[in-house]
Amino acid sequence: MKTKPMAILKNGLFNENPTFRLVLGMCPTLAITRNMFNGIGMGLAATFVLVGSNSVISLLRSFIPDKVRIPAYVVVIAAFVTIVQLLLKAYMPALDDSLGLFIPLIVVNCIILGRAEAFAGKNSLGASFLDGVGMGLGFTGALLLVSFFREVLGNGSLFGFELFGKGFEPVRMMIQPPGGFITLGLLLGAINKISMFRKHRKGAH
Amino acid sequence: MEKLLLILLGSIFVNNFVLSKFLGICPFLGVSKKVETAVGMGLAVTFVMALASVMSYLVHYFLLVPLKIEYMQTIAFILVIAALVQLVEMALQKLVPSLYQALGVYLPLITTNCAVLGVAIININEGYNLLETLVNGIGGAVGFTVAIVLFAGIRERLEMSAIPKPLEGFPIALISSGLMAIAFMGFAGII
Repeated sequence: MKTKPMAILKNGLFNENPTFRLVLGMCPTLAITRNMFNGIGMGLAATFVLVGSNSVISLLRSFIPDKVRIPAYVVVIAAFVTIVQLLLKAYMPALDDSLGLFIPLIVVNCIILGRAEAFAGKNSLGASFLDGVGMGLGFTGALLLVSFFREVLGNGSLFGFELFGKGFEPVRMMIQPPGGFITLGLLLGAINKISMFRKHRKGAH
Repeated sequence: MEKLLLILLGSIFVNNFVLSKFLGICPFLGVSKKVETAVGMGLAVTFVMALASVMSYLVHYFLLVPLKIEYMQTIAFILVIAALVQLVEMALQKLVPSLYQALGVYLPLITTNCAVLGVAIININEGYNLLETLVNGIGGAVGFTVAIVLFAGIRERLEMSAIPKPLEGFPIALISSGLMAIAFMGFAGII
């Protein structure tokens, strides 16, 4: 399969955005989007794992027997997750604390195994690398969008900076679990609405 | 004894895996269209989570700690869970075909259910002993089952109602689980 590099990148960022289009990797999307720092940290950690595992799996694709490919993929992914875990513990302990359990849980993030199965197992190194970058940044973008609404409404701040001064009473629920579900639900609805509107306009011409 | 009860109630209601810890959202949204399938998934998860909790506990304290390779935890646990799911599947197929018929399709999905890996890691982080590990595993799984079955009940009703077109499917499911999560926040006071 020959596709243009830009098309692969764009695919991950928009057309098949893992969060909003494929609805994969919901657990971290809901759990860690309490503020923008967490969103960007989780997004980049997942991107690193995705790019690494996509590249390695694509290089090994002719050596891995078809029958044991899933366990083999999982081991590759787990190795990269362990690397991220150790790096974060050493250099960014604060981020490691706040993401906590969800760093090791990147292993079972369906986006990563999904891309290994759907893309990296069948495509060249370059294409798989780009697919990893595109999907990873698409995921990061989605996390940032969700955490933007949750942090602004739930804490009245952005990246930790107070936005509104003392008079603002934040909606605490937004940074608690229900806020995650409701924000993501409404965002998905809004994106559906936009794409329906665009399809409708295209149809009219 | 009191501590065990607290762990059990805590993991079922207060720290419900799905609604307050966000573990196992994929099957929660994916397999909750009908009450029957939700019950099946819940049972399969309970079974695997109880086993996985105990197995990962043993692997951690009798393999990783003596060898001083605790940093291999993630890799070791995911392999234990994958192997376990595979074994459970084969054992059920041979020994209890009727149960296999009922749970079969859900079993492979459980490997990537983050609740299973999550509970294994939580047990180690909290420093639970073997019995507490088992209770936490079962409690977490029962909490998952309660949430997914209740949610399937809501979704069966949603099928009949007129939902704005852009909200159909996942969006409305997420919003209703948000409302359920608000209800579950009420349990926070009982412990």
